Amino acid sequence: MSDTAIALRSAVSPVTETRAVRTTLIALSVVVMVLFLIAPLIAVFAQALNLGLKPALATFDDPDAIAAIKLTLLVAAIAVPCNLVFGIAAAWCIAKYRFRGRALLVSLIDLPFSVSPVVAGLVYVLLLGPFTPIGAWFLEDFGVRIIFAVPGVILATIFVTFPFIARELIPLMQDQGTGDEEAALSLGASGWQTFFYVTLPNVKWALLYGVLLCNARAMGEFGAVAVISGKLRGETVTMPLQIEIYYQEFRALAQVSAFTLAAVLACLALVTLMVKTWLEWRYADQLAATRSGH
Amino acid sequence: MRLLASAIAIAAMTASAHLGSLTPASAQTTTLVNVSYDPTRELYRDYAQYFVKHWKEKTGQTIEVSNSHGGSGAQVRSVIEGLPADVVTFPLEGDVLAIEQKGLIEPGWKKEFPEDSSPYTSTIVFLVRKGNPKGIKDWNDLAKRGIQVITPNPKTSGGARWNYLAAWAYELDRSGGDQKKAQDFVASIYRNVRVLDTGARGSTNTFVQNKVGDVLIAWENEALLTLKEFGSDYEIVVPSVSILAEVKVAIVDKNVDKKGTREIAKAFLDQLYSPEAQKIFARNFYRPGKPEHVDPEALKAFPKVKLVKIDDVFGGWAKAQPTHFDNGGIFDKIYSKD
Amino acid sequence: MGLRFREASIVPGFRLTFGFTIFYLSVIVLIPIIGLYIKTFELEWERFIAIITGPRFMAALQLSFGASLLAALFNVVIGVMIAWVLVRYRFFARRLLDAIVDLPFALPTAVAGIALTALYVPEGWFGKLLSPLGVTIAYTPVGVWIALVFIGLPFVVRTVQPVLEDFNREVEEAAATLGASRRTTIVRVVLPPLIPAILTGFALAFARAVGEYGSVIFIAGNIPRQTEILPLLIVFRLEERDYAAAAAIAAVMLTIAFVILLLINLLQVWSYRRFGNV
Repeated sequence: MSDTAIALRSAVSPVTETRAVRTTLIALSVVVMVLFLIAPLIAVFAQALNLGLKPALATFDDPDAIAAIKLTLLVAAIAVPCNLVFGIAAAWCIAKYRFRGRALLVSLIDLPFSVSPVVAGLVYVLLLGPFTPIGAWFLEDFGVRIIFAVPGVILATIFVTFPFIARELIPLMQDQGTGDEEAALSLGASGWQTFFYVTLPNVKWALLYGVLLCNARAMGEFGAVAVISGKLRGETVTMPLQIEIYYQEFRALAQVSAFTLAAVLACLALVTLMVKTWLEWRYADQLAATRSGH
Repeated sequence: MRLLASAIAIAAMTASAHLGSLTPASAQTTTLVNVSYDPTRELYRDYAQYFVKHWKEKTGQTIEVSNSHGGSGAQVRSVIEGLPADVVTFPLEGDVLAIEQKGLIEPGWKKEFPEDSSPYTSTIVFLVRKGNPKGIKDWNDLAKRGIQVITPNPKTSGGARWNYLAAWAYELDRSGGDQKKAQDFVASIYRNVRVLDTGARGSTNTFVQNKVGDVLIAWENEALLTLKEFGSDYEIVVPSVSILAEVKVAIVDKNVDKKGTREIAKAFLDQLYSPEAQKIFARNFYRPGKPEHVDPEALKAFPKVKLVKIDDVFGGWAKAQPTHFDNGGIFDKIYSKD
Repeated sequence: MGLRFREASIVPGFRLTFGFTIFYLSVIVLIPIIGLYIKTFELEWERFIAIITGPRFMAALQLSFGASLLAALFNVVIGVMIAWVLVRYRFFARRLLDAIVDLPFALPTAVAGIALTALYVPEGWFGKLLSPLGVTIAYTPVGVWIALVFIGLPFVVRTVQPVLEDFNREVEEAAATLGASRRTTIVRVVLPPLIPAILTGFALAFARAVGEYGSVIFIAGNIPRQTEILPLLIVFRLEERDYAAAAAIAAVMLTIAFVILLLINLLQVWSYRRFGNV
């Protein structure tokens, strides 16, 4: 409704609030959001540039920072595709069939949201640490260390981020039902053909959004990785951990470095938000169903 | 649809490229892992830079050094649990002994390097806020009612154990050798402790960044570093007696033999005694083990303290660690952790 | 469905997707969590009781659950307000605000943590304004609360928004024609169907807040028995290699969180039946 229409409406109809109330509510909302959301965002960039641009850019001369960036990218590059496959499989299974315990399955998928990231890291240390049967087996027989090494970091990241893609797809695929698939099958398509040429295109935008969220969270995960990584500089330190390490150092330059890395991650967050807004604007109907499950 | 497929393909290729470039040690540049304690972050960053350059000049090989920092008690357990340390640079002998007991370090390590494997030493002092508002002068002031003391957790921090022992030594001296009195004294200090951070740097952050507490029982180098970074906001108070903190370094034999890095590890620890390294120590406010390499001017920064040695007062770490700090030891009795 | 496990369907792939889903879930989630509970049993009973009744644990429990509750409640209030404003009104930068609501989802927790700390320390932008008034936020429970409000803000907004959007305005008009004042209409006609969504949002915000680590530990101060959150206590025990104690605390925390979520779920089902949908 345009502003004129609203103005007219409120002048004559009791179905919207008075102008005074509206303005107050809008102002309050804006204030709250600036206070809680926008101020921290700006603070990140302000602190990064506290000493000027050059010291901030000097962060990227530090081999520790570069190693952290590389590791973060690697972890995301593995965790996201794994969770993508899982998300699609789980969504297919839950949306296209009806079976006992389906609701339970959905609740289980939501489990990582109720688990503290620290607990997520802890459970893997308890299960796969070098003194446990499984951990020792990996270490002795394959020479592969899980805890205090990159595999552990990847595993913990997978735990924390795996619901994202599934949760985006499930409501949408449930809404879409099995009609299209059944039509394709009755026309002679195989299962895989149906999947690639009918199902996937139907959900591609929700899929993209889920991947974006999953990636943002995977790159930003802190608690779980802090517990499991051993914090070996240059080896098992991701960007969020490197931010903590810089933050704990005295030199003002280290503080700037912490916020510079933080600013990089904040930019990633902003890109995620921008793409999401664009997706919602262009393809709202294909995402609408996903909103209520968020 | 094609967009999706190509996106997945690109992700897969990037992943495998990264996997390739980040395959640990064996495939590409050798990385030397140095597991150290909490406050030595700046120190080993400087030293590693020097050592990598030195090694390249000497052998032409490019290596990387990865330092790990944290409370030394926690670091010891990490190494025992498989943290792939090539060398350990710990603040006290007990830490290295713990690793030796698990078979990762061969006996006789102490004689492998000069000065009984102590490239530098340090001690414990107090850090207070500008103007010393609470009038802290010596250990007994820390036990006074209403004083908030910041010190790390002896279960996880090496510095914390030196702090504890220094306090004990003070009261032992003052009371003429009364162990019971010493225990009560240390207990009364810990009653004034609000936060037990896991490492010395954590405590410094609590005191300096979070501005909690009236006095920080600190490594000498931490205190001097704080003064350097934060100038006149803080003061150092030198107690009447403190303890000589002899750091110990060692090669983790089991790991270097497995990784084939023994030569680099030995050079890494040997070079700690070189003139350049000793100068790096002095610059970072550690007392050089070979002071003849260092400009006498730099040595003036260190305050004069009466120092006692752990071997004389406590019978060495082999006795002190189980008596005081292991599970069920004296510290557990005086500080209820729940 | 009778005794069949699943309804008949011509769509292929059930065994494959179901099997893979269960496998993935078990390996990544179920087995590790069961392992956690098993580890707890390694503790002697007395030690377990000593831990969960000790003052440090109790204080951390109170802080984690208490601050999370207060933050989630606050998020309900401002979340409903923001959702209302975004759905019902048109104003400059509405689209922008709508996008920013999701910031806590996308922003890494450590980044949020150091940013909030920078704002609220006495030298920070907000700290500078508040310290002359004698108000300290950083390193106090208030700081913890603010961090938890930050990370929970999108939950209520995003669960209420779609319901509000789908809301049938004719019902409001009907109420108005029957003589209801605007306030009565809102409270008795519009709000009730939102309650299930509000409860969902509250539950999500609450669950997230209880377990939150990265956003909170920088601003909290982490003083035991005062500003120490439960996840940090777990990390502390972990660093002491007291695995059984860490597992015990984690298990208790998980169990309480599960119970509370179950209760909220039940409440939700009840409220859906009671208030229905329009």
